[in-house]
Amino acid sequence: MNWLITTITSSIGKKLLMAITGLCFCTFLTAHLAGNLTLYAGKEAFNSYAEHLHSLGPLITVAETGLLLFGIIHVLTGIVLFYQNFTARPEKYAVNKSAGGSTLGSSTMPYTGLILMAFIILHLINFHFIDKTGTTIFQIVSDAFSKTAYIIIYVFAMMVVALHVSHGLWSAFQTLGVNHPKYMPLIRKAGITFSILIGIGFGFIPVFISLTT
Amino acid sequence: MTKTLNLTLKVWRQKGQNSKGGLETYHAKNISSDMSFLEMIDVINEQLTLDGMEPIAFDHDCREGICGMCGTVVNGRPHGPEKGTTLCQLHMRHFSDGDTIVVEPWRSRAFKVIKDLVVDRSSLDKIIQAGGYISVNTGGAPDSNAILIPQEIAEKAMDAAACIGCGACVAACPNASAMLFTSAKISQLALLPQGKPEAAKRAMEMVRTMDGLGFGNCTNERECEAECPKEISIVNIARMNREFFKASFFSEVK
Repeated sequence: MNWLITTITSSIGKKLLMAITGLCFCTFLTAHLAGNLTLYAGKEAFNSYAEHLHSLGPLITVAETGLLLFGIIHVLTGIVLFYQNFTARPEKYAVNKSAGGSTLGSSTMPYTGLILMAFIILHLINFHFIDKTGTTIFQIVSDAFSKTAYIIIYVFAMMVVALHVSHGLWSAFQTLGVNHPKYMPLIRKAGITFSILIGIGFGFIPVFISLTT
Repeated sequence: MTKTLNLTLKVWRQKGQNSKGGLETYHAKNISSDMSFLEMIDVINEQLTLDGMEPIAFDHDCREGICGMCGTVVNGRPHGPEKGTTLCQLHMRHFSDGDTIVVEPWRSRAFKVIKDLVVDRSSLDKIIQAGGYISVNTGGAPDSNAILIPQEIAEKAMDAAACIGCGACVAACPNASAMLFTSAKISQLALLPQGKPEAAKRAMEMVRTMDGLGFGNCTNERECEAECPKEISIVNIARMNREFFKASFFSEVK
């Protein structure tokens, strides 16, 4: 199994880890957003969605463990890459100028990533590791978004997510070697569209909740 | 129409590998807009020599844009602001009278400054030595067209082979990664039948050597393909990744 460790710890191997875990998070975001859209249908729809989801029991535990494991891999590999890339140029340039390749999303990946990690911890404290006895998930959500600070934090975090994914999605395909003249332009556009949908879809929820309750 | 320019240059001066360097200011007077960037430095160096000072050391050879020797970072851009151009082919007509131009060497942990603007790019040679070749027994010349290669494949291989190994991709990369260079050298052989027998070993050895030399990792920022004087595409990086995965997961090469 020595070859496997050599492979995944190589520069391309680390990219592979980032790409696979990142793509899984994109799938998770899609499922998470689809579930959250029930919020727009009102209190009952959302509570019933949550109940159905939790009735899956062990499946949820497996999914949560998987996400946690992938999260740890994504964050740790990301930090290693960030450190290695930072030290790969010990003497910096006096003048830095882009030739037009990088984007706001691509040049801020480590920073948006760290912000997202902090946000996910806060998000889990808000809605996951919270006493749910004698209340409903809708109540917890509407209580949280009655505070202006939370609305601002959540909307900001969703803009950061959109920025991170705007580079991450197409970049994962490029890393996996899926760069084809027929598909790449489509993948790039799909990446931008996906990030905008995720940003708006999630980002509007706190505003909607605070306006309707 | 030829114009005459007066420019202020801030050039990185460094006596040797272990000495501390810094930007020094020079005034380039009466520079013709028909001159190349290197000819402009020649003019400054002539004056420096007449003044009894040390001329600015910089790499150059063919001055035709095909050898890969020249290259400095001009106002934050490797090979200067023009697309698909080496520094020797960058002409002074792209600058305006009174401009301040900052000239720095390639910056990477894997490229040590030897003197002023000259850097040691032997790391790139080491990547080539690790597998950027094919093994052929000598003997009678084979028949031409004995191995048929579709025109579009030959074109792709040639596009990758256009890499002159100047190191601008490393200099331009925010992470000082050498993946565009390595991918071009892997691609030019992986695409052709002659390169297939050693493809797996080549991909693994070249990537491992690249990793060991202290280059950064690719984060798909695409600055390399935007700066490459030969306009080599990151499609080659995707191909290198495929070759590396194939070699690592499906070949018997360890």
